[in-house]
Amino acid sequence: MGIISSGFRGRRNKDQPGLPPGQYLTESFPVLSAGPTPRIDTAEWEFQLTTETGQSHSWSWDEFQNLPQEEFTVDIHCVTSWSKFGTRWKGVSLDTFFQDVDTSHPYTMFSSYGGYTTNLPMEDILNGKAWIVHQFDGEDLEPAHGGPARLLVPHLYFWKSAKWVRGLRMMDRNDPGFWETNGYNLHGDPWLEERYW
Amino acid sequence: MSSTWRTADVVEARFETATARTLALQFPEPVSSIGGQHVDIRLTAPDGYTAVRSFSVAGTLPPTGLEITVEELEDGEVSPYLVRDLTVGEQLEMRGPVGGWFVWQPSDTSPVQLIGGGSGVVPLMAMVRSHRAAGSTVPMQLLYSVRGPSSIIYRGELEKLEASSPPLPVEYVYTREAPPGEPVGRLSPATLMPRILPPAADPAVFICGATGFVETVAAWLVEAGYTESRIKTERYGGTGDGS
Repeated sequence: MGIISSGFRGRRNKDQPGLPPGQYLTESFPVLSAGPTPRIDTAEWEFQLTTETGQSHSWSWDEFQNLPQEEFTVDIHCVTSWSKFGTRWKGVSLDTFFQDVDTSHPYTMFSSYGGYTTNLPMEDILNGKAWIVHQFDGEDLEPAHGGPARLLVPHLYFWKSAKWVRGLRMMDRNDPGFWETNGYNLHGDPWLEERYW
Repeated sequence: MSSTWRTADVVEARFETATARTLALQFPEPVSSIGGQHVDIRLTAPDGYTAVRSFSVAGTLPPTGLEITVEELEDGEVSPYLVRDLTVGEQLEMRGPVGGWFVWQPSDTSPVQLIGGGSGVVPLMAMVRSHRAAGSTVPMQLLYSVRGPSSIIYRGELEKLEASSPPLPVEYVYTREAPPGEPVGRLSPATLMPRILPPAADPAVFICGATGFVETVAAWLVEAGYTESRIKTERYGGTGDGS
């Protein structure tokens, strides 16, 4: 048992099923980012997947829009302790992008317009666990929330869901990305409270 | 290890404004922090219920202490307790300090422009204090947007820093209420640019405040030709629903 604050009552919205340890529920959609919001024209947007052989697979905005689209509702969890239930997204599963890709490397590094990077094991992005999304709640994704397109990996802390995503490359080692070299956990499972180093 | 909880004694508490209070925390072991980092504070109610929130470190009290400044958020869960109810002599649990991005290191050699809105000044003040403590000669200046004179956190200390040698240049922007002779109104590119280090100085820029403030100011700076990769941002207390 920790230190007791005898006068502290709290709001007690934490006994909700689906809320990971140490999280609280929010109705709003806070914005967190490390620098200025990049403005990306969809005419110039491109998503590029690079394998260990140096082979690149790339999709223009129109090609991305023509891939099979999924609409789904998930809970999201930020390392700064807020969680938001029932967020509605539209986008393309990572499984779709990997359909014709030949790779044996077990890790990926995602990168974004603006320079952000985050590392993810393949087992955390395949089999319906991750998407490139371009709509939130029925509307085009705003730049402040990562538009025109962001990565969404809802089962991990939200910093893994890279905003302004532009591509990924395969890695044989689990090298750290941006926040992972700046004090945050290499993996980021909210149910295990993998927040910091 | 930053991810373990440690116990802090609250040794001092002082109001900075009507709604912001600084808490001085002391630990049984040494604690250090780089200017701009944050900590997680955990409160536990008598029945075991816990709540955790992040707060910026305001400064260090070497070797075993540090200060946080907490702005009370309407409808907040943790901040009202820390600002209104907590008394000196109580204990808290803390994790951190953490963060390696929105930080200023005394070894940094480039000019620094700090831009804060409201309680977003807190991590910037940690940088100012670190800059002073290190005797750094790197130019550092602060632009601080506040509702009015009574909302200025660290007012007395900032006045002293402005009058010291070398002075810390501080520019205030008053959004609701200003002292006699000062303009009132929201920041615009025209009022901002003449009051900060120019793009030619290629300053490291740290912006902290509510989301709208940070988004807007960062976009203006990019537009004005500041180096995008040298602009670091942090949203502070901007979750909209309180904490």
